[in-house]
Amino acid sequence: MKLTVWTYEGPPHVGAMRVATAMKDLHYVLHAPQGDTYADLLFTMIERRNHRPPVTYTTFQARDLGADTANLFKSAAQDAYDRFQPQAIIVGASCTAELIQDDPGGMAETMGLPIPVIPLELPSYQRKENFGADETFYQIVKALAKPVEKSAHPTANLIGPTALGFRHRDDITEITALLGDMGIGVNVVAPYNATPHDITRMGAAHFNVLMYPETAETAARWMERELALPYTKTVPIGVGATRDFVAEVAAITGRNTVLDESRLRLPWYSASVDSTYLTGKRVFLFGDGTHVAAAARIARDEMGFEVVGMGCYNREQARTIRTLAKDYGVPALITDDYLEVEKTIEDLAPEMILGTQMERHIGKRLGIPCAVISAPVHVQDFPARYSPQMGIEGANVIFDTWVHPLVMGLEEHLLHMFRDDFEFHDDAGASHHGHKAKLRDLDAPAATDGPEMAPAPVESSVEVVWLPAAEKELKKIPFFVRGKARRNTETFAAERGVSEISVDTLYEAKAHYAR
Amino acid sequence: MKDVPNTGQGCRNAPILKERGQREVFCGLTSIIWLHRKMQDAFFLVVGSRTCAHLLQSAAGVMIFAEPRFGTAILEETDLAGMADAQDELDREVGRLLERRGDIRQLFLVGSCPSEVIKLDLEKAAERLSARHGPHVRVINFSGSGIETTFTEGEDACLAAMVPGLPETQDRQLMLVGALPDVVQDQALDLLDRLGVGPVTVLPSARADDPVAVGPNAVFALTQPFLGDTHAALVRRGARHIAAPFPFGEQGTTAWLRAVADEFGVSDEKFAEVTDAPRARARRAVAQAAEALENRSVFFFPDSQLEIPLARFLTRECGMTAIEVGAPFIHKDLVGPDMDLMAEGPVFSEGQDVDLQLDRVHDAKPDLTVCGLGLANPLEAEGLTTKWAIELVFTPVHFYEQAGDLAGLFSRPLRRRDLLKLEAAE
Repeated sequence: MKLTVWTYEGPPHVGAMRVATAMKDLHYVLHAPQGDTYADLLFTMIERRNHRPPVTYTTFQARDLGADTANLFKSAAQDAYDRFQPQAIIVGASCTAELIQDDPGGMAETMGLPIPVIPLELPSYQRKENFGADETFYQIVKALAKPVEKSAHPTANLIGPTALGFRHRDDITEITALLGDMGIGVNVVAPYNATPHDITRMGAAHFNVLMYPETAETAARWMERELALPYTKTVPIGVGATRDFVAEVAAITGRNTVLDESRLRLPWYSASVDSTYLTGKRVFLFGDGTHVAAAARIARDEMGFEVVGMGCYNREQARTIRTLAKDYGVPALITDDYLEVEKTIEDLAPEMILGTQMERHIGKRLGIPCAVISAPVHVQDFPARYSPQMGIEGANVIFDTWVHPLVMGLEEHLLHMFRDDFEFHDDAGASHHGHKAKLRDLDAPAATDGPEMAPAPVESSVEVVWLPAAEKELKKIPFFVRGKARRNTETFAAERGVSEISVDTLYEAKAHYAR
Repeated sequence: MKDVPNTGQGCRNAPILKERGQREVFCGLTSIIWLHRKMQDAFFLVVGSRTCAHLLQSAAGVMIFAEPRFGTAILEETDLAGMADAQDELDREVGRLLERRGDIRQLFLVGSCPSEVIKLDLEKAAERLSARHGPHVRVINFSGSGIETTFTEGEDACLAAMVPGLPETQDRQLMLVGALPDVVQDQALDLLDRLGVGPVTVLPSARADDPVAVGPNAVFALTQPFLGDTHAALVRRGARHIAAPFPFGEQGTTAWLRAVADEFGVSDEKFAEVTDAPRARARRAVAQAAEALENRSVFFFPDSQLEIPLARFLTRECGMTAIEVGAPFIHKDLVGPDMDLMAEGPVFSEGQDVDLQLDRVHDAKPDLTVCGLGLANPLEAEGLTTKWAIELVFTPVHFYEQAGDLAGLFSRPLRRRDLLKLEAAE
């Protein structure tokens, strides 16, 4: 048993729903108790879909147990077929149905439905949502895709985009255009908007673009083996990765490298003097492995940030992230426990967090700016406007998204230099954040504490006390790094058995920790 | 009930369409979302799967706290293999939790589908843990599993589990039963106080130490219609139920207060003195908010058991016509007084076969459909106007001062549909 407060991933059958809901003319019959239909609202509310997910739940109740849950499943499957007339059905069990050991796959096969019935084995007590999506897509591809004649012109399949995917909708548009510029057509996009019939045609492509390893890597490997379809290894998020991706595609297809950079603005924006203040901003990265890996490269090489830590919640990508972290010389955090992530962020005290909606809340609590780079996300990250992460426009979107939460360069200096000014003081907050500006009361005697982190208790037998002058000096440090300065100084003092922190101790510690 | 004339026969004996099939409803775990806000020193520990944790998170939406007072002990492979150590595991997790959260006084072990199916004995666990962590912490068990409970029934299961542990009293007193938003509860207590009814206690109370007791001279009034098991548990303790329509709208609130006032022998003059002004205020507010509702039809999908009292309010006070009133369960003892006040006509349905019910809503084309979040946007996309039901549980809607807001919740989607001019030009 493990106590969990918030979870980054749902159970694996939610992953299967993400595949089923992404597709058309496919139906999912899910053996599940009453109540599991809650997952529908992820799609109808967060992603704002205008149709019910194509899922029939058996919704068994206590009175059904032991008696006829098996029959309940069969009649639900038959009703679903009769009503929706899908081209194929996937069947499986949710966590509770897994325990009662009806065999949905076996039962569905004996029903003799005139369409393919694809059974799913999703171990709910070991695996999670991303595994569910990956496995479901793999099973569908394995069951339906057959060797077919290649298309006359070079074409690719785009694989991996699902329902509830972070910016999947717009990434498809962006990558389709990118390939189009190289004279490469798109054969099938799957699972997003694909029908089971489309899946049977996947072999007609010349290669696969593996957009999201989390949701389609197993299928990509299978198609490489069985359908002789190579797949791309670079995920084109960021300027460098997009260029590498185009080169990789050129190598696979033997076509010329073509990349229209006329609309690419990130490099100039990042090079312009206005961005100088971004240099060395200490960022912490967390999310799914793919987005974190992409973000790390952008952060360091394209934005000039310093990556101070990175991690992912999906164990499937643990190896990738560990290797990458080693390259960056930072610790890797592989965990699905958000309290652990919060602890790490507190310890690292970064100036910015790039993460999921959980990290956004952690950032809010700690007063650290945050931008969202990965699922799980909330409704505001399924925007109406075009906002890909991939390709040329994706790079532009990322520049804006990441810079926005930061205090603007000039504002940062003003806060620093005029910190006793009645407009630019700690409590005033960043000008573009939506709270009412608080002007300082000019008659008030001394500066009050800003929105800094509460001092953490220092693990030491020595009680460390701040002398008033040092305390006053500490407040001259900008509030967004003050928590870190306070903690460093206290650790520095405690380690040396110094019980009183003077202005000198403060600056000795600063020199000690100087980068 | 002289203030509320009965029109026609009422619906208490109307035939009920009982359906079984796919149900698009929440499980009882969802109740934790509002119960934990109400009980401020309680922690709700669900013993379940990742699905349960994911549900709580999805239902809690933006309510992400630094230290929320609910969580899920997620069952893992090893817990399923052998039963013996599941209890040890639970003890360990509870020990760790209580160590970190010294402010917790009541710990609810909440059963889920997985824990019920593997027959994990949480009742025994609650007894054992109470002995270990008492008297500072009281550990109580109830089930919020989908196989046993639907949405608000989770609150019922929770309160019913608290009743046997309440101290015994011989005093004559009134207990208000059902979690209400604080502002509403204060209004209710104030009205009862001015009527001279008392002493009054509330279940659930905000804190474990609040004096709530039950006994043979106690009476209780329900403020929510989904409290069937709690009703039964209180009756078993000797308390008597004051049957009344539920306090929605001006008429519902008046009828509810009248029933309580009659029990405590409050005179007509006193009743009028206390209620005349808020009644008039409520009537005015409803009239204003309900303009868009007049002569429109409404269709309720089953969700919370609030459907029948709300249909009574919408038909009697807002001029709507009810086509179908679906409820997950219909407790005649509890909602009978509301059904008495409804004109004949609507279909009452209990349970659900969601595809068949969707066929009916498509045929009926109601002006307003009250349904869950999984159905709302798909129905809007088909041209139906919807009101999502879960808001009716989270928003203050009971008693006089909220009557206008309640009508407003239903009229807003209709006003919005009239306002938006989004169709492309012909």
